[in-house]
Amino acid sequence: MNTGNTKVMNRFDVTSRLIAKLKHEEAVIGGIGNTNFDLWAAGHRPQNFYMLGSMGLAFPIALGVALAQPDRRVFALEGDGSLLMQLGALSTIAALKPKNLTMIVMDNGIYQITGAQPTPAANVADIVAIAIGSGLASSAWAADEKDFERLVDGAMAASEPSLIAVRIDDKPGVGTTRRDPVQIRERFMHGLGVRDPL
Amino acid sequence: MAIAEQQPQGSSDGSWHGIVLQTLKRNEINLIPYVPDRVLTPLIKNLHADPFFTTFATAREEEAVGIVAGAWMGGRRGAVLMQTSGFATLANVLASLAVPYQIPLIMLVSERGTLGEFNYGQSLVCRTMRPVLDSLALEHHTITRLDELEFIADRSIKQAVTTQAPVALILSPLLTGGKVFDK
Repeated sequence: MNTGNTKVMNRFDVTSRLIAKLKHEEAVIGGIGNTNFDLWAAGHRPQNFYMLGSMGLAFPIALGVALAQPDRRVFALEGDGSLLMQLGALSTIAALKPKNLTMIVMDNGIYQITGAQPTPAANVADIVAIAIGSGLASSAWAADEKDFERLVDGAMAASEPSLIAVRIDDKPGVGTTRRDPVQIRERFMHGLGVRDPL
Repeated sequence: MAIAEQQPQGSSDGSWHGIVLQTLKRNEINLIPYVPDRVLTPLIKNLHADPFFTTFATAREEEAVGIVAGAWMGGRRGAVLMQTSGFATLANVLASLAVPYQIPLIMLVSERGTLGEFNYGQSLVCRTMRPVLDSLALEHHTITRLDELEFIADRSIKQAVTTQAPVALILSPLLTGGKVFDK
């Protein structure tokens, strides 16, 4: 895996850095497991959506939000194991070219939550190379935390979809999302201005 | 909205696919991800030709389900087109996304595997479809007659949206002609 000299970062820290940058009610889709646990732990926002299953669909769900609300920036957080389940989604997104979608991949090379088994891609596949090969030209590894923040700033000003890959450690998520799917969905719709509370 | 206010090319001929297109339009469903199927080809072609719709292929059916789920939460309505074998890949996303989050997922399934199927695998996978739908208590209708198509499709879409529950509309070979052994 050619990730250059990228630093091994921490998912909760990187997620917190992203959330701190969001000032315009940007939507954030958190993939299954630790990815959305750390999104939850970084501080709940009405524009956050937390997946409790459907592994691999963070990017497709975010694409749907991006297509529905082209004036809102949409971020999707996904683990490397999850992304491997749905690599075709990268080509779909590349073909549709949503201007407002940023994909962030948290890559630790393991299925941390099930016992830290290595993924089939660990040590052999390069997620950024896969993304570029899928047609997502604006894809890059974050070298360190500052570089991650710089890439997020760039993605927010971009007019094409962006993918940022982050090498992370093997730590579990910091929090645990409250598993109430109806409330998660309803609050997300309130946060996106689609509905008013009862 | 009037039922027949606009009749784009290929949709006013009383064909099954013309009725489906008009029913989607009347219900403001304009995001159509699909995994293609031979029988669905005229519908897909006419959806692509109509700028009202955003129509595109996805790599897998569950990807399409994720897209329309996200779109619906963002205030835009969609529907997924697929074949029977594609539906067979959806049990996990139905049980972990569409049903528990109460997403009005609208599925149009071209039915293969029955009434003249020539591929044994297709006939077997077809038999898994209704048991999966029934196991999740999902609304589904098998549409066999042209004169019932608009009523079933229109009412089912409205019911999905108002009850926030998925629906599968199974397009029988009796309606579409299906796919037959040709070589």
